[in-house]
Amino acid sequence: MSANQALIAYTLRLADNALILAQRMVELVAAEPELEEELANANFALDFIGQARMFYTYAGELEGQGRSEDDFAFMRDEREFGNLLLLEQPNGHFGDALVRQFLFEAFYLHLLEALMRCSDQRLCEIAARAIKEVKYHFRHSSHWLVRLGDGTELSHNRAQTSLDDAWRYTGEMFTADEIDTAMQENFDGPDLASIHELWRRDIATVVVEATLQLPDDQWMASGGKQGRHSEHLGFLLAEMQYLQRSFPGATW
Amino acid sequence: MSKQEWPLYEVFVRSKAGLSHRHAGSVHAPDDQMALDHARDAYTRRSEGVSLWVVRSDSIVASDPAETSAFFEPAKDKIYRHPTFYEIPDGVKNL
Amino acid sequence: MYTQGLDQAGTDEQIAVETDELLSAFQERIDAEEKIEPKDWMPEAYRRTLIRQISQHAHSEIIGMQPEGNWLTRAPSLKRKVILLAKVQDEAGHGLYLYSAAETLGVSRAQMVADLLSGKAKYSSIFNYPTLTWADIGTIGWLVDGAAIMNQIPLCRCSYGPYARAMVRVCKEESFHQRQGFDIMHTLCRGSDEQKAMAQGALNRWWWPSLMMFGPNDSESKHSAQSMAWKIKRFSNDELRQKFVDATVQQADFLGLRVPDDELRFDEDSGHYRFGEIDWQELFDVIAGNGPCNKQRLEKRRQAHSNGAWVREAAQAYASKQASRAAA
Repeated sequence: MSANQALIAYTLRLADNALILAQRMVELVAAEPELEEELANANFALDFIGQARMFYTYAGELEGQGRSEDDFAFMRDEREFGNLLLLEQPNGHFGDALVRQFLFEAFYLHLLEALMRCSDQRLCEIAARAIKEVKYHFRHSSHWLVRLGDGTELSHNRAQTSLDDAWRYTGEMFTADEIDTAMQENFDGPDLASIHELWRRDIATVVVEATLQLPDDQWMASGGKQGRHSEHLGFLLAEMQYLQRSFPGATW
Repeated sequence: MSKQEWPLYEVFVRSKAGLSHRHAGSVHAPDDQMALDHARDAYTRRSEGVSLWVVRSDSIVASDPAETSAFFEPAKDKIYRHPTFYEIPDGVKNL
Repeated sequence: MYTQGLDQAGTDEQIAVETDELLSAFQERIDAEEKIEPKDWMPEAYRRTLIRQISQHAHSEIIGMQPEGNWLTRAPSLKRKVILLAKVQDEAGHGLYLYSAAETLGVSRAQMVADLLSGKAKYSSIFNYPTLTWADIGTIGWLVDGAAIMNQIPLCRCSYGPYARAMVRVCKEESFHQRQGFDIMHTLCRGSDEQKAMAQGALNRWWWPSLMMFGPNDSESKHSAQSMAWKIKRFSNDELRQKFVDATVQQADFLGLRVPDDELRFDEDSGHYRFGEIDWQELFDVIAGNGPCNKQRLEKRRQAHSNGAWVREAAQAYASKQASRAAA
């Protein structure tokens, strides 16, 4: 794999993460526990879709075959998506969706920070824009985790279960494969081992304040980055891609 | 308490440095920190602000409309407080 | 909109007698185009009318998120997805502004929400129709938001200050809503035959319900005269409906779509379009709860509310723990 191919694959993974999480958040519209939280959820989803569009557009330019953001989003099959398994998991209840968000954003923040220092100019720029949005997201999801964890007995137990259930999907964030390695070697990309430490530190701070327990490291699921997904992604894509697939070539 | 709703907060937005904060509206929030988050997400979606204040609505002390005349009318006849009260002779400048 | 807390103390006084003197002084203020503010004296009927109207308006924004939200996960491009999401989010925001305005009249949001969920409170009939194709999203923006703007712009000058201020913000933010709808329709009408048929089908389904949005004919409208006198309402239902038809028929012509009304014709003498009779029975049925989606819309709200109860309670529990920790 050439350096350019690795960069394209890496950029598409970033795009897929943002889009698939946004799609899950969009499913929550009109189902949030309070009106104010509707506004927050939509803001965050808008941020993520915006990031996905920037990454897809850049991937298309790198590839040079005229593929647009929509070609990537709507015309690829699930095996071609490289998002983390965590992000495609169904929403569950408010605590499940929140924990998914919290665990990812703590990782994504440090990833973007590292990308701001990589040698690829465009990725630096996109990361610099995205990080401002994600900093606020993480603030908000941390606030919520503390309130659920240190709220009622019911909310404490639910938040702990959400955390325990999601934990198995955190491993693949930090397991470098050949694309991660190529990104690090050729473009001064993120070092996943050091991000793992920062991530652990950050989430531990919030989890302790929330009076919750960090789960023990257990068996970790993997495969999302390489396109081996859970059964959930196929349905998500079928719904999302339906119009583009039903009317090929149409303009919307 | 579980049936109560989250308290109401008033939101004030400074649209840019150099201007005062201005009342924008209100939000419900369980506590001060969340009130700030909610205010941000509700009232600065179109980059309306650079600074936010939130305050519990029940902390605001307001004048009573029944006392409007006692409060505000006495100021009305003090027209000598306004520059337009004074006549400036022709030919005098920089006054 | 800070007077809610203060109002609670004054409930006994509100039953004070509404003397002719007070009433005529109030009407004089209205006639002089003075704004009424939350703590000012106002007739109980004025307060109740406003609470009813503003809360219905807020409920309409909240329920109105659903028909469009129905296509958020299936929007055909990323650009359309962000535009639609921003619009649906605005509707949540507008619901929030409007609930806040109503709260200044001494009613809590919890109470208003309870009235919506119990079916006691009404919301705009239009949101009880299903969105069956992507063209429905265009049509809602174009027609439903178009009709809403006709209604809402005069409300920016409503006599009640907090409502007028909320509407100024709403109208400013909604200015892109109708355009994005028209833009969807315009794109479809320049597209394939299937897309054009989709656009025509949506117009066929939404045209009459859009006309119904303005409410019954003036002769049948029970609240109109008093609301006009109080300057809560500035134009009659029929005036606004006519204005809407005049504006929209030309836009349909531009798109190459046919308005589904055989009696529609331009009247040279008056300069207005004359249109066929609205099926009022349909409107009354939908308002009474018998529209295609009434049950579904309310059920979704009830579910969101009850599923969220533990979350709202957790945040309150945390807040009171924090308060007692600070006091200790």
